[in-house]
Amino acid sequence: MTSSTLQEGTSLRQKLALRGIDGVTLLVLPSVLFVLAIFIYPFIYGLLLSFAPIREGGMFANYITFFSDPYLYNTIAATLRLAVPVTLLSVAAAVPVAMRVRLVRRQRLLTTLLVLPITLGTVLVAQGMLNYLGPQGWFSRSLMLLHIISSPLKLTNNYWGVFLSLIITVFPFTFLLTLSYVTGIDPGLEKAAATHGASAWQRFRHVMLPLLVPGLAIAFCLTFVQAFAVFPSAVLLGAPSGPTRVISIAAAQAAFEQYDFTMASAIAMIMGVVQLCIVLIVLVVRNLFYRGATSGGKG
Amino acid sequence: MQLASMPFNEIRLDRMSRSFGALNALRDISLSIRKGEFIALLGPSGCGKSTALNCIAGLLSTTGGGIYIDDKRIDQFKPEDRGFGMVFQNYALFPHMSVRKNIGFGLKMRSRPKAEIDTKVDEALALVRLQGQAEKLPGQLSGGQQQRVAIARAIVIEPPLVLMDEPLSNLDAKLRLEMRAEIRRIHNQMKATTIYVTHDQDEALSLADRIVVLRDGAIRQVGTPHELYERPAHLDVAEFMGFRNRFTGKVVSREGERATVSAGSFSVSGTVAEDLQPGASAVLAVRPDDVTLSGEAPGGVSVTVEAIEYRGREYVGIARTPDGVEIIFHADDAAAPGSTVSLSIDPARALVFSA
Repeated sequence: MTSSTLQEGTSLRQKLALRGIDGVTLLVLPSVLFVLAIFIYPFIYGLLLSFAPIREGGMFANYITFFSDPYLYNTIAATLRLAVPVTLLSVAAAVPVAMRVRLVRRQRLLTTLLVLPITLGTVLVAQGMLNYLGPQGWFSRSLMLLHIISSPLKLTNNYWGVFLSLIITVFPFTFLLTLSYVTGIDPGLEKAAATHGASAWQRFRHVMLPLLVPGLAIAFCLTFVQAFAVFPSAVLLGAPSGPTRVISIAAAQAAFEQYDFTMASAIAMIMGVVQLCIVLIVLVVRNLFYRGATSGGKG
Repeated sequence: MQLASMPFNEIRLDRMSRSFGALNALRDISLSIRKGEFIALLGPSGCGKSTALNCIAGLLSTTGGGIYIDDKRIDQFKPEDRGFGMVFQNYALFPHMSVRKNIGFGLKMRSRPKAEIDTKVDEALALVRLQGQAEKLPGQLSGGQQQRVAIARAIVIEPPLVLMDEPLSNLDAKLRLEMRAEIRRIHNQMKATTIYVTHDQDEALSLADRIVVLRDGAIRQVGTPHELYERPAHLDVAEFMGFRNRFTGKVVSREGERATVSAGSFSVSGTVAEDLQPGASAVLAVRPDDVTLSGEAPGGVSVTVEAIEYRGREYVGIARTPDGVEIIFHADDAAAPGSTVSLSIDPARALVFSA
């Protein structure tokens, strides 16, 4: 290597270094490749596929079919009817639980207990719920034994079955996210609010909540996206041809019952757009609130 | 804006205690604070001074004793029901609220009418000289300005008691001096009653009407800055008050207030701070300012100069006696390092404590 190429080499390296690119940057390559292969490529493939229908009617035929058949387009509303309340309830319940848990000394034990449902997987939860909440399950039988009800409660194979199982699988995730946001707020702020006359509710309303809003918006989005993609529990615990015929069921039927992968791709794209719309709305609302440091000063 | 209208005469701590398991962080703290007084709680870290402040604020519950405003017992009250103002070490300003909203927070929580809040916040802004910054967020202010906001937020509710927890420790030296003067000015102007926690004796001496020295969770001495500076009652209070030279030995003679302590190869005379009879082990403590070069006068302590520093008006030197005791002294003229000189100690300003 001559000295001049060495010179050029270092100067190029310096130029790259100024833009924050150096040898360490190469470490992102595997993940970039992974994202390209597992996410970007299939996404573009699916997008193009959705515009190449096997039926007649031009490139938009799949989308036209979807939006002209109530059996198909109603799945959007059915999914939103599940996902939005589940998300709202999870976030709303996660906040008070997190507010309390941050003061608990054995936080790790409690957290572990709450996280268990994540590790179980949807199908196992669904199986358990069928046994427990089904017409012959312990829950209804115990209530009947105590003469609180006279006939079994219908808590499975309908909307509420899916709703409950979604809450069980989604809540721990929402809770953990929320807990990290709640514990990220300087405890000194609550003390300051208390000494200046704010009651527990006022402290929450005027200090904690405004500082939590940005985090809760993120928790809402991530929870919503999970809940919107509900599939196994909608089939196992719901009424998959009735009120819990969610959009992923429509996509699965198109792909694996009608073998129309182009239609399935189109439904997947529509699903993505709906999710994106909700997420964007939430993020726009979030921007109306304070976003910044959650500590009350330096030091 | 004045607190003079608040109807109370004194705040009284009656054997206030706090323990954490087996650890007694505070033991039997009894103190009467008159309305309008500026009290400094002074002590090294871990002495319990912040614990005491948090107990008074209600952020920590006490495990014994009581806190009274006149005859009303308040130690079972929640912090929000005590109505005190508090300034925190890290300011604890609400980052999502403007300066105006931060200052008005306490009034808003008390559901005061908006017009009243606006007037009072304007007055408080003027008091801490932040009129132009009302609409800024705390993050846009400097440390000193943030601390002014914190002070304004605490006093705008016209609390019977303002609590300050090392409010100047996050500021640089110059700003600290400025804010010190500000705090005293605001206290005087508001006719507030203030408890101020600090580990800095200069702050305590310059600000307080009375200083409470805490050590290991108990009160060591209470007195005016002058009393504490001139007549510390214990050796550890003396250490805090700048008595940096200490000679350990035995009392060899005593005449009235005057005692002579023999410390190895030399003996020095001082004023007894505790009752000591000849033969008792004792420590004689004296400030470097009161140790001077005595020239050829008799009765001096003979030492070897180790180092000498120029301090502008005078010199500060470190010297060692033949048997290795270090002495810090002040001198008008430079003494050459390595030279042997004689130091004289003013017996009226040297204090003798029991060892």
